[in-house]
Parts: sequence; structure tokens; C-alpha cells
Amino acid sequence: MLEVDIKKRLRDFDLRLKLDIDRGKTLMLVGDNGCGKTSLLNLVAGLDTPDEGRIALDGLALFDSEKKINIPPEARGIGYVFQSYALFPHMSVYDNVAFGLRTRKMPADEIDVLVKEHLDRAGLWDVRKAKAADVSGGQKQRIALARALIIEPRLLLLDEPLSALDVRKQAKMRRELKESIRACGVPCIIVTHDLRDVVSMGDFACLLEMGKVALMGCAEEVIAWGSGQDDVGDLH
Amino acid sequence: MSGDSNQEHKCIGRAAAIPSRSREIALKVCLGLLLTLAMAFIALPVIALFFRSPLDTILETLRDPVVIDALRLSLMTSTITTFTVVIMGTPIAYVSARFNYWGKELADSLIDLPVIMPPAVAGIALLVAFGRMGLVGHYLNTTFGISIAFTTLAVIIAQVFVSSPFYIRQARTSFEDVDLSLENAARTLGATRVYTFFHVILPIAMNGLISGAIMAFARSLGEFGATIMFAGNFQGRTQTMPLAIYTAMQGDLDVSLCLSIILVAFSFVVIVLVKILTRKVYKRC
Repeated sequence: MLEVDIKKRLRDFDLRLKLDIDRGKTLMLVGDNGCGKTSLLNLVAGLDTPDEGRIALDGLALFDSEKKINIPPEARGIGYVFQSYALFPHMSVYDNVAFGLRTRKMPADEIDVLVKEHLDRAGLWDVRKAKAADVSGGQKQRIALARALIIEPRLLLLDEPLSALDVRKQAKMRRELKESIRACGVPCIIVTHDLRDVVSMGDFACLLEMGKVALMGCAEEVIAWGSGQDDVGDLH
Repeated sequence: MSGDSNQEHKCIGRAAAIPSRSREIALKVCLGLLLTLAMAFIALPVIALFFRSPLDTILETLRDPVVIDALRLSLMTSTITTFTVVIMGTPIAYVSARFNYWGKELADSLIDLPVIMPPAVAGIALLVAFGRMGLVGHYLNTTFGISIAFTTLAVIIAQVFVSSPFYIRQARTSFEDVDLSLENAARTLGATRVYTFFHVILPIAMNGLISGAIMAFARSLGEFGATIMFAGNFQGRTQTMPLAIYTAMQGDLDVSLCLSIILVAFSFVVIVLVKILTRKVYKRC
């Protein structure tokens, strides 16, 4: 279970959030550009530090301003799929997926077995030797996800995972993504602009406005509320 | 009526098109001439160098002990300088590219200063800092008995001083070009800052770093003003190739021409290498 109760001064407003996500549940985070969605992911991942508050995963504090705990990102065990995928362009598809295991100094033969398993599952084994920059958009998305899942994360963060794909590929990838997240069985936060993602992938949704929770509920509730609001309608 | 107006319109259009086309041709001719002149201005002195020195004279001068000493010293000092600049400059360039700290503007300006500082001024500045009577040199001399000025070490210090900005500026740009999300991705995957630096940032920035190092090496090889002021002009100890060219000019022109040709050939290789290396950039993905 992920517990977040933090405060962070951003450039234009204060980000104040209190969220709990159970294991195997997916929270869809929606809101206008610059409302603090990606900032929240970065704070949870440890790439940025909250001004105060607490972030805990399965009861263990990742950040606690009172107890002066701040676990660095590399020790948090969080799978993060970045909006731009952030694949390492100088490495092959195989090396990108193996990266997280190599940082853990896992023996090469064990890495080989695990990477093969993940690449097979994602249909990427045939392109394993290609440079990450040379594969298609859909393949990049799968590599980014496989790279995040192979480290057996305790939490998954996905920042607009489908936004870089064309519309035809989005529907297929949305189904694949949903299955992968379900199989992983950990809490998950997905940032999206697309209300179709909210309905098809989320267990519940949270609408952020200027760093605060404007609405929290099941996906349908947020959509229903959003359809009556002009600015939220623009999320499409 | 409307037909007349159309006709008139066409005429105006054609009348306007003719001068614009001839203007374009005139512009192209002017630019072509300018480019030819500029190329001739740079190429002519280089060609003249080769004309004045037949190959057999070059080969013969290459056996001259003055030339051999100057070549050996120049290559040795420039190599040591380049290693020093790369080892010291890489972390400085990375910090400058990624972090904001108090006084950063001042530090960055100070790093760039030797590029615009006249080399002779750099030489005097080094002399009053590290010379026997200098600010630090006096202390080094009285406490440790170390004297830097007019030694091979002084040559290296002068070269480091003038060539370091060439590396640091290029390295800083290369590090700035590495997408921050790649560093963040590596960190979330379990990599420490050091692991991320060596396995993600450094390989991506490598071409830029190598081309910066080549520029620094070339600048060290051509260094003259600061060296002659701070290190003097002693054969085998501080007389690098540019200093030997200057000295030979007063006696044997063949020696100075031979050394010049070696430096020109080397500079050309450097430019080609830098162009090839900076062309290869990783696609963002």
C-alpha cells in the first residue's frame, strides 16, 4: 500500500496531497497541464524532495520530514515509465531492459534468463540487438515498461504512457498495459490527459487542480463530473 | 474590363519578377566571390608553406636535433596537458551543466577567461603567481624548494591555463545536451549517481568530450605566448614547436618551415576529426 501525505512549494502554487493506494489498485491522475501531476510522480520516486510530509510504501517510510528519512530514488524500488520513455539511446533494447538488474549486480546468466522472459512476453526478442532509438513508438513503450517491470517494483508510476503513440496503436497498447499492470499486482499511479485511459485502466481517479485534489472517486464519477466542466472536457 | 485588369496584373507581376531574378543572380555571384576570396585568403598561406619546402628538405630537417627535441617536448607536454584538463575539467563541466550554486556565473566566466585573455598576459599572470618571486611560487620556493618557472612543468601549466576552457566549454555543452530524464530513469532503476554518470551520461556525451579534448590538445600544441613568458625558450626543456619555429625563423628558415608544415598537417587532421565526432549525435528516444 502506498500512503502519500505531502506538501511541496512549486513555482506557482503549493502542492498538497493526501492519497492512499492499495496493492493491485490503479489510480488515474488527471488534470490540466502544470497542475502538479508529474511533480507528484517525481516526489514519490524520490527525484524531488517534498518540503514536508510523509511517503510510505507497505508501511516503510520512503520520506518522512519529521524523522528526517529520505530514501534516494535508486533504493526505493519504484518502476517509473517516463512520458518520453527515456530509453538509453546508446544501448541496445536488451541492455536497456537489463540495466536495472546490472545495477543490482545480478549474475549475468540470471540476467539473461529474466531479460529473455520479459522481452519474449513483450514481443521484443527479435529486436533485442537494435539500438533503442531505432525501434518503433509502440516498441519503445513496451521496452520502457519491461525495463520498469523487470526490477520487480513495489510501486509503478506511469507518466502519460500512451501519449507518444498514434491513435490506432493506443487502443492495443492500452489493453496490453492494463494486463501488465494487473499481473504485476502492485499499487500504480498513471498520469493521463486522455479520459479513455481513465475508464479502461483505472480503479479510481483523482482530478488535480493547482496542486490540490479537486475530486477523488471511481473513474466513472470523475468522468461524469469532468464532462460537465469545460476545462476538464479539454483534457481530450 | 476585368480581362484588361488581369492582363495588367500579369504584366506587373512579370515586370517585378525580372529585376528580382537578376537581383538573386547578382547576390549569388557576390556571395560566390566573397566565399572564393575567403577560401583563397586562408588556403594561400598554407599552400605557400608547402611550395617553399620540398619534401626532401622536410625529411632532412626532421633529423635536426632542434626539431626532434621540439617535437618530442610538444607531444609530451600537450599529451600530459590534455589528460590533466580532461581529468580536472570533466567534473567541473558536469557540475556547471547540471547544478546551480551561488557564484556560478562568476565561476563560469572565470573558466572562460583564458579564451579571451591575450596569451602573453596569461604568461605574465602565471609568472607573478607561480614564478620564484610570485604569490604562490615564493611560498613553494622557500618552504619546499620547488621552482616552477622556466621548467617543463611551467610549459604544462601554461598549456593547461590556455587550453582548459576549450575542453570545459565543449564538455559543458555535451553534458547539457544529455536529457535529464535519462539520468532520472537510471536512478529509479537502481543506479547511484556515480553509476549513472559512468554508464549513461558519459557514454552519451563521449563524442563531445573527445572533440573537446582534441581541441584542447591542438590549442596546447600551438601555445606560444604564455609559454615563452612563463617557461622561457630552452631547447629540450621548454622549447616547444611554436617556440622552435620562432627561434629558427631568425636563423634557418627551412627548420621553421618544416615545423610549420607538421603543425598545419596536424591542425587539419584535428578539424576533420572534430567535424566527424560532433556530427554523430544520439537520437532522443
